[in-house]
Amino acid sequence: MNYDERLQHVAVLGAAGKMGSGILLLTAVEMADLSLKPENKGKTFVLNAIDLSDENLAGIMDYLRVQILKMAEKKLIWLRQMYADRADLIDNDEIINQYITDAMRIVRPTTAIEAAYRAKLVFEAVSENRALKVKLLSQIDKNNPNKPWFFTNTSSVPIHLIEEEAELTGRVLGFHFYNPPAIQKLVELIVTPNTLPETQAFALDYAKALKKVVVPSNDFAGFIGNGHFMRDALYGINKALELAAGRPFAEAVYIVNKVTQDYLVRPMGIFQLIDYVGVDVVQFIMNVMNPFLKDEDLHSKLLDQMMELGVKGGQLPSGAQKDGFLKYEKGAVVAVYDPATKSYIETATFATACDAWLGAMPDVWKPWKSAIKIADKDSHFTQWFATLKIFGSNGAALAMAYGKNSDAIGRKLVSDGVAHNEADVNTVMLTGFFHAYGPVNVYFV
Amino acid sequence: MAAGANTISMGTGRKEFNPRKERPGLEHYISEAGKGALAQITGPQNIDEVYIGNFAAERFNKQGHTGGFAGMIDPVLEFKPSMRVEGACGSGGLAVVSAIRSILAETSEVSLALGFEVQNTVKAIYGADILATAGWAKKRKAGHAYFFPGQFSDRAGVYYEKYGKDYARKGMGRWFRNAIENARLDPTAQEYHNTVPDLETAYGQAPPNGKYFVDHLNFYDCSKVSDGASSIVVASEEGLKKLGINKKDAVEVIGFAQLTRNITNDPPNPVEMTTIAKTAALALKNAGITIEQVGTAEVHDCFSIAGILVVEALGLAAPGKGAEFVANGNTARDGILPINTTGGLIGWGHPTGGTGVHQAVTIWQQLTGKAGAAQINMNAERPYGLSINMGGDDVTVVAIVYKRAE
Repeated sequence: MNYDERLQHVAVLGAAGKMGSGILLLTAVEMADLSLKPENKGKTFVLNAIDLSDENLAGIMDYLRVQILKMAEKKLIWLRQMYADRADLIDNDEIINQYITDAMRIVRPTTAIEAAYRAKLVFEAVSENRALKVKLLSQIDKNNPNKPWFFTNTSSVPIHLIEEEAELTGRVLGFHFYNPPAIQKLVELIVTPNTLPETQAFALDYAKALKKVVVPSNDFAGFIGNGHFMRDALYGINKALELAAGRPFAEAVYIVNKVTQDYLVRPMGIFQLIDYVGVDVVQFIMNVMNPFLKDEDLHSKLLDQMMELGVKGGQLPSGAQKDGFLKYEKGAVVAVYDPATKSYIETATFATACDAWLGAMPDVWKPWKSAIKIADKDSHFTQWFATLKIFGSNGAALAMAYGKNSDAIGRKLVSDGVAHNEADVNTVMLTGFFHAYGPVNVYFV
Repeated sequence: MAAGANTISMGTGRKEFNPRKERPGLEHYISEAGKGALAQITGPQNIDEVYIGNFAAERFNKQGHTGGFAGMIDPVLEFKPSMRVEGACGSGGLAVVSAIRSILAETSEVSLALGFEVQNTVKAIYGADILATAGWAKKRKAGHAYFFPGQFSDRAGVYYEKYGKDYARKGMGRWFRNAIENARLDPTAQEYHNTVPDLETAYGQAPPNGKYFVDHLNFYDCSKVSDGASSIVVASEEGLKKLGINKKDAVEVIGFAQLTRNITNDPPNPVEMTTIAKTAALALKNAGITIEQVGTAEVHDCFSIAGILVVEALGLAAPGKGAEFVANGNTARDGILPINTTGGLIGWGHPTGGTGVHQAVTIWQQLTGKAGAAQINMNAERPYGLSINMGGDDVTVVAIVYKRAE
């Protein structure tokens, strides 16, 4: 079975979810493009979009239409060539509309899992629940005569356990997109010792067709991305709790968030990132990873407390940020949650005092937005962190300690055998988390 | 001809342009340009008739019947003759010659010529479909996604093959630079806010890429997608008196021509603007002058390669020598023949149906000393102005020769 044949019948489980919808979109477009190739004319391509909710599936079809339109507009020149034999399609809008129709007719939304029983490739993007994943994959495999391949989007469950428990020997791999899949360039690829070479080769071809950057990760809970992020987040949470011993909790969160965003020159502070991913998701992934870790406890009582208080962060279906540790207005942080009083305290009431405590920002500082555009980033960051090292302010000291810890997390991922090398760790953080510099570096020595 | 007025040419390049925000419609542009002309004359009731040049409001704005907007400009224009004229991107030029003909036929003493287009209602790739209707519909299917850039890219490709690509692009890059530098002097120009320091370097750093656009042109080679309108009053001598316009504030039309090529044929020679050559020659002949007497020209540079080919069509340079002529600065504002002194279609903007009128306004401004910061020093031995407006790929052409009325 060649690449095109494998992609002739695909199923996406959890297709209406945050990750599933992106995977559905990218796969639908790849399948539509294949269907336009002369050698595939007349062949039927089927993409089963499977989810629990009819309502969400209807919403996802609207999402697909909008996104496919945008993608079609970008490849119009190619599309005109592909539809050159269609005398009835003359104007650009006619060609674009035909492409949308052709892509949409590939997608079959359904709540029935049975739809996957004929698939040759199954993408799994259901919630991060090992038992559920195993149950679904096993059920599909037992009823599917095609010996399908399973690509799981799990961000934390070891693939070999899914393979073993669902009895899928060699036919499963981890194909971990970053959120949102349609935009994020990074894919972590995780194989087991049994994964068939042809399955792996197909995965690489598929990633290439989707113009993704593939980083191989070893099969260890959390892989590289969450392996770094979860530990980095826990460090930030604990640092805030430490600071909260001597000042109000909201101020401590504000300080750590500011240090991680401004001093460490990241696209967002660590608490904003936790909110972006979702307090619930972070807690969940830590819980999935923790049993596999020796000599460390990846667990935060503060996250448990936030969940009990119903403060979860995450995003609205529109993509707008929901309030979590921080409160947002038009994307900007305006207040910090205080679990003791169960209320948000406006940053305006304490920001000036906290900023004064952190100390002045050295002149060489450039915010993340402009730092990522610098051609020679290495010399900029060498200079920036060398300045912080001797600057002597509270902010500088916190940042240097934080950076040092982040570096250590990165190196440990390599020594623990999760990542093949330091460069892979850096690629994941640069590509998947949009960091301006890799966590493994020499800035914090 | 007198009392010219332009709106801003709105679109990418202008600081105030935000494609995500709601923008004024065609009513705003027609009204502003029309009122701008009326404000310069006494007794607007003396206007006998109105010609409105517009290419494709049916599709850009879902609006046909644009002659009906004259009465919206000012109540005195209601219940007077008003009609829309259309010849693709040459619509504005047709509005002006329609007015001229009517004055000459003595069916009017004062005519208002107005041209407009509001194009930013659709994304460029859909705008390309609309603009493609300026070509023969039966050729659309085989054409490029960006139809007209594709047509002129093909012309450029042949020019490169014949005379050398680097040689040609040197001239085209200079054409671009002149356009932007001139636009920076006119507050209504779309590229007025352009601050790119080294324009020719920027041009050279963007080699054409057929994967994303067309094979032989980059975006700098192209005119703008614009919302805008221009208007000008065309009057007999009697008419001018009625309007209280001093002759020194007016230009005289001393010759014009309007020729049209068969739209179903391909251009006879891809590196020649045949219709433009014929029309310009006829207009100059009608005016009784030669191109050497022309001191400033507005030409239809929908693409930089069109600019180069027009230079050759006017006889300013031999075939294949146009790029060199331009590269040497001969068409710059301090050159032998300053061309497109307020930026032309690449720098000022190209609200398609308005462009022909805008050209007349620029020539009127230059010959009467009203061009502000964009004012050039007219060479006394070259007192004439010339405008060349084109619709389609060298299909409908309007050429007008002007001189200061007094």
